[in-house]
Amino acid sequence: MSVFILRRLMQSALVMVAMAVIVFFGIHLIGDPVWMFVSPDMDQQDIEEVTRALGLDRPIWEQFGYFVLSALQGDLGTSFIFGEPALGLIIERMPATLELAFTALLMAVAFGIPLGLYAGLYPDSAVSKAIMAGSILGFSLPTFWVGIMLIMVFAVILGWLPSTGRGDTVDLFGVPVSFLTLDGLKHLLLPAFNLALLKISLVIRLTRAGTREAIHQDYIKFARAKGLSTRRIIGVHLLKNILIPVVTVLGLEFGSLIAFSVVTETVFAWPGMGKLLIEAIQQLDRPIIVAYLIMIVFLFVVINLIVDILYSILDPRVRLGDRGA
Amino acid sequence: MKRCNLLLRSVAAAAVVGAAGFSAPALAEDLTIAVGAEATSIDPHFHNLGPNNQLGFQIFDRLANPDERQNFEPGLAVSWAPIDDTTWEFKLREGVKFHDGSDFNADDVICTFERAPNVPNSPAGFSTYTKGKTFVKVDDYTVHVKTDAPYPLMVNDLGNVAIVSNETGCDASTEDYNSGKAAAGTGPYKFVEYVPGDRIVLAANHDYWGEKPTWETVTIKPIKSGPSRVAALLAGDVDVIASVPTTDIETLKGRDDVTLSQGVSNRVIYLHIDQFREASPFVKANGGGDIKNPLMDKRVREAISKAISRELIRDRVMEGLSIPAGQLLPEGFFGVSENLKPDAYDADAAKALLAEAGVPDGFELTIHGPNDRYVNDAKIVEAIAQMLTRVGIKTQVETLPRSVYFSRASSGADGLPEFSLILVGWGAGSGEASSPLRALIATNDKDKGMGTANRGRYSNPEVDKVIEEALAEVDDEKRAGLLAKATEMAIGDYAIIPVHYQVNTWASRKGLKYIPRTDEYTVAYGVVKE
Repeated sequence: MSVFILRRLMQSALVMVAMAVIVFFGIHLIGDPVWMFVSPDMDQQDIEEVTRALGLDRPIWEQFGYFVLSALQGDLGTSFIFGEPALGLIIERMPATLELAFTALLMAVAFGIPLGLYAGLYPDSAVSKAIMAGSILGFSLPTFWVGIMLIMVFAVILGWLPSTGRGDTVDLFGVPVSFLTLDGLKHLLLPAFNLALLKISLVIRLTRAGTREAIHQDYIKFARAKGLSTRRIIGVHLLKNILIPVVTVLGLEFGSLIAFSVVTETVFAWPGMGKLLIEAIQQLDRPIIVAYLIMIVFLFVVINLIVDILYSILDPRVRLGDRGA
Repeated sequence: MKRCNLLLRSVAAAAVVGAAGFSAPALAEDLTIAVGAEATSIDPHFHNLGPNNQLGFQIFDRLANPDERQNFEPGLAVSWAPIDDTTWEFKLREGVKFHDGSDFNADDVICTFERAPNVPNSPAGFSTYTKGKTFVKVDDYTVHVKTDAPYPLMVNDLGNVAIVSNETGCDASTEDYNSGKAAAGTGPYKFVEYVPGDRIVLAANHDYWGEKPTWETVTIKPIKSGPSRVAALLAGDVDVIASVPTTDIETLKGRDDVTLSQGVSNRVIYLHIDQFREASPFVKANGGGDIKNPLMDKRVREAISKAISRELIRDRVMEGLSIPAGQLLPEGFFGVSENLKPDAYDADAAKALLAEAGVPDGFELTIHGPNDRYVNDAKIVEAIAQMLTRVGIKTQVETLPRSVYFSRASSGADGLPEFSLILVGWGAGSGEASSPLRALIATNDKDKGMGTANRGRYSNPEVDKVIEEALAEVDDEKRAGLLAKATEMAIGDYAIIPVHYQVNTWASRKGLKYIPRTDEYTVAYGVVKE
């Protein structure tokens, strides 16, 4: 298994290098970032000065060489607009995003699996039909609109929850987290639910489909014949078998929860990485964009690795071996 | 956006009850402000950028502080005057203390102007305002500033630079400011806390030398999304919001728990016209053939100006939030002309002018504009295109994100502006007419540092002469006259076509109002109780 993990990590290094090349050169095609930074009062000489100071007057291959050299020393560049190391800025905002993504994932599982199980076991009941209709809505409504709706209903009309921002934080092992304070939880609820909505719908559908398929299989019938309690049949035998596709999909989706929570973070003014990324894109803060994407690639690789390991735990028939990908 | 606005309208009535019933109003002494753009640093010299300056206005003072109309009021200098052709004397305020307890005197001024242009990693610093000037300490409360030539805009320049303390601020790094270690100014509010992306907290400086601060604690939250900002106000989470989206203004007007504050800005939205090359990249003859650039003909430019109905843009696109423009700065600013009025819409005259210029059937044109920079920018471009098409200039529209737009509009592949007709805005940072004149109208000349943003490359030596004369004229009255004259000459040439001045809107909960600023900044001391 350690060989497997090592091989995986080496492959991921290759992917990250490829990503760095594509992003670095791709982003240079967009525009000249200097025009994003200069103040209107500056004259041409000032503007040239800025270009020189940021190293943007150098040919692109030279800039890339410099980037690679620093990257090898663990420095992914200095943000143009903050003047601080790009990686540091991303990591500084990471706890907020991770907290949001984990809460959303938790919600997806906590709501998705029971609802999906119910809809799969009693497909003809009115409640199941309502669940399925709801999941279609969850799929098709655009995130930014749902976000604004949630704010309007729960913050503006009902006044139960705060509209935007992150609540009070406390340090947990040196990392500021907000889910341990009441104020923090209140702030967390709406954005996490907004982010989770699509995933909840996804899990409902996956669980329902799995349940519908598994419920008619022989091992379930056999378990029934053996006289096992319904609770044990569903809770152990059925659930364990339908969880594999759910775990796969959630693993992949978790990556996208972290990487692309941009919309939710913008609507809820959540101080996470997504908000940092979108602002970096708008202002052509190249170092942040490059560092962010490289980091996300790494994240996806790690998550996939964890999913593979989880597989082998859930299904002993799966062996972690040298299967290439 | 559309849908959320519909929702805002439909729930407006219910929300009045809801907001009043559940959300506890903030304590009278505390204030929470939501702004659209976040400051990138607490260091006032790190980046000469709107959001950073607006934050700096509250923590730091300048030698002269711009008021809400950008008139320079005595700040840390009590008076200033030129004592000879090349020397300005600044008398400093006595008895002022920095937030860290140290005394303010001439040493702070001298070291501030050494630090301001030399901040490491700064994407665009303050050298613009300090270069060519030598700062000399005469005594503890007198500073002389020397230049090579007469320099009338001394206060406008120095009024942009925040004064920091020589004990803690001058040798500090940007990180020291962000952590709060060095963030001591003399301003009405003290720095308390900076959580990037989430909030900046300030506290009242009770020892402030000027008008005492109204608010005990001020929390500034960046909420980028317009509808979210409005929702945060309606939910009672914030007390004041900046940059209210134009589409929500009607709704907010109808509510009696919200106060709107509106004021004209120093920003003119205008068209720059390619008038320096015979083959303009986005001008074609009818049917797509090549044509000698008709925009070089003044009559064609005049026709474009007359074809635009500024009133219609104000009423339909801007929801009333613009003032039709006939020059570079709105009424009341230093150096504006009293004779210039916005061109009236006259399609027939426009057609006649086109015929006179030899293009009676018009031509084909693409107009470019940003879609994320100014209020309703893309919509304005679309409206203008339709108006031009109506008089025979068949106009296509292309709008771009500002990250792509400005670099292409300023210097394309060959280093020249890439477009033929563009929509741009200009905010006069100095608060008077020389700022747009030297940047937009003067001939593009790198050595003189003129015409930096002259993306149409209009060039008229006579106008240049008047502008240069004005920039060296120390007598205020004469200078104002020269600036007005240069403006009249340039607008008479249709060097640019002004469209409108932006009107900005702030919204606050009942009981508060905001004193609108022409520089568009949102500052805590501008929030007053009604």
